[in-house]
Amino acid sequence: MTDFLSLAGQNLLSPIILSFALGLFASLARSDLNVPEAVAKGMSIYLLFAIGFKGGASVASYGLDARLGLSLLAGVALSALLPIIAFGLLKVMTGMSRLDAAAVAAHYGSISIVTFVAATSVLEGRGISSEGYMVAVAAAMEAPAILSALWLISRGGGDGAKGMDGTLMREIMLNGSIVLLVGAFAIGWITGEQGLREIESFIVNPFKGVLCLFLLDMGLVAGRGLRGGGGVLTRGVLAFGVLMPLVGSVFGLGAALLLGLSSGGVALMMVLSASASYIAVPAAMRVALPEANPSLYLTLSLGVTFPFNLTVGIPLYVGIAMAVTGG
Amino acid sequence: MQTHKAKRVEITIENVMESRLTDALRKAGVTGYSVLPVLGGSGRSGAWDRAGQVSRAQGMVQVVCIIKPERLDALLDAAFAVVERHIGVVSVVDCDVLRAERF
Repeated sequence: MTDFLSLAGQNLLSPIILSFALGLFASLARSDLNVPEAVAKGMSIYLLFAIGFKGGASVASYGLDARLGLSLLAGVALSALLPIIAFGLLKVMTGMSRLDAAAVAAHYGSISIVTFVAATSVLEGRGISSEGYMVAVAAAMEAPAILSALWLISRGGGDGAKGMDGTLMREIMLNGSIVLLVGAFAIGWITGEQGLREIESFIVNPFKGVLCLFLLDMGLVAGRGLRGGGGVLTRGVLAFGVLMPLVGSVFGLGAALLLGLSSGGVALMMVLSASASYIAVPAAMRVALPEANPSLYLTLSLGVTFPFNLTVGIPLYVGIAMAVTGG
Repeated sequence: MQTHKAKRVEITIENVMESRLTDALRKAGVTGYSVLPVLGGSGRSGAWDRAGQVSRAQGMVQVVCIIKPERLDALLDAAFAVVERHIGVVSVVDCDVLRAERF
């Protein structure tokens, strides 16, 4: 418990969390602070490339084991299963329509890559190593949740779903984030330690500083979301936004322990299962379930679950992972 | 200066639907259009602005086409099939163009 409180305290006072808090405060206080769109896009490209490359280089250094394939399968299974649990919870806890519940549920099966990046930064800061291929697991968890949500709608006989056409499937599987993450992972894997040494000064040292600025922007965006969409957050919806990541993390913990992952790997699997998408899935939902309320799922995933995971969730998941693995 | 009657169609639609709409327009024979970014606005879901978006799902674009009046119905049928269930606005205004053969 003391360890967890210490970790939580360190996390809350870390530059990345304080940067996020600054953005959130500035936005809620209606400051004109703004990160230009192109700068935010550039930073997200940098972070995805860096995290993918480092993951690939780590796999090249430590080698592959059978757990890679099993971890990918576990990620896909979790991503497909968690929306069904989220859907059930939403129906019990909120008065949401079937369509809205399915759209929200999809977000909670998919992942937030920024939460994943922040968690890897916390692990690195504490000297806790993790399996480099968790980056690939993150990429594998993006899409199955969307299929589950569409299945939930079709199962209910709803006519709200437009279904998954080939164009939508291609857009999901080849969205820029996934291509960059997997591509950088492959480059890191192919070039290994030598490749990492060559660009280390670019992708390792500035990483945390860029992450701080990126999270400042995320704080601004989350604050705007809360300001604009706060009205949709009833008590039940808000409770779901905090409860679901905890439920997801328990499933992630179970899967990671079954796979025998390291302490860092367990923590990251919990983070992935606990996080909610706000980039890939909202876009897919706007195409596949256009009648679902975007304020609801964006405010929940970005305004509630993302800050919760960043401030409380990550130290909690890392603490639990350390405790159960004896790490 | 000689001018010719034409129709200007403005379709404001979500980013994610842009390629679907322009594909449908091309299939309907409308090969000339411009796509403009929408900086922000306010509608039934409240105010928004382009700078505050983290996801491609939230932005809007405007597709503008200028066509001969007799091709309007085909264009609107194609556009409506795409935008019917989505957030957006379709408007048609009369306009005059200088070089009719280009439309």
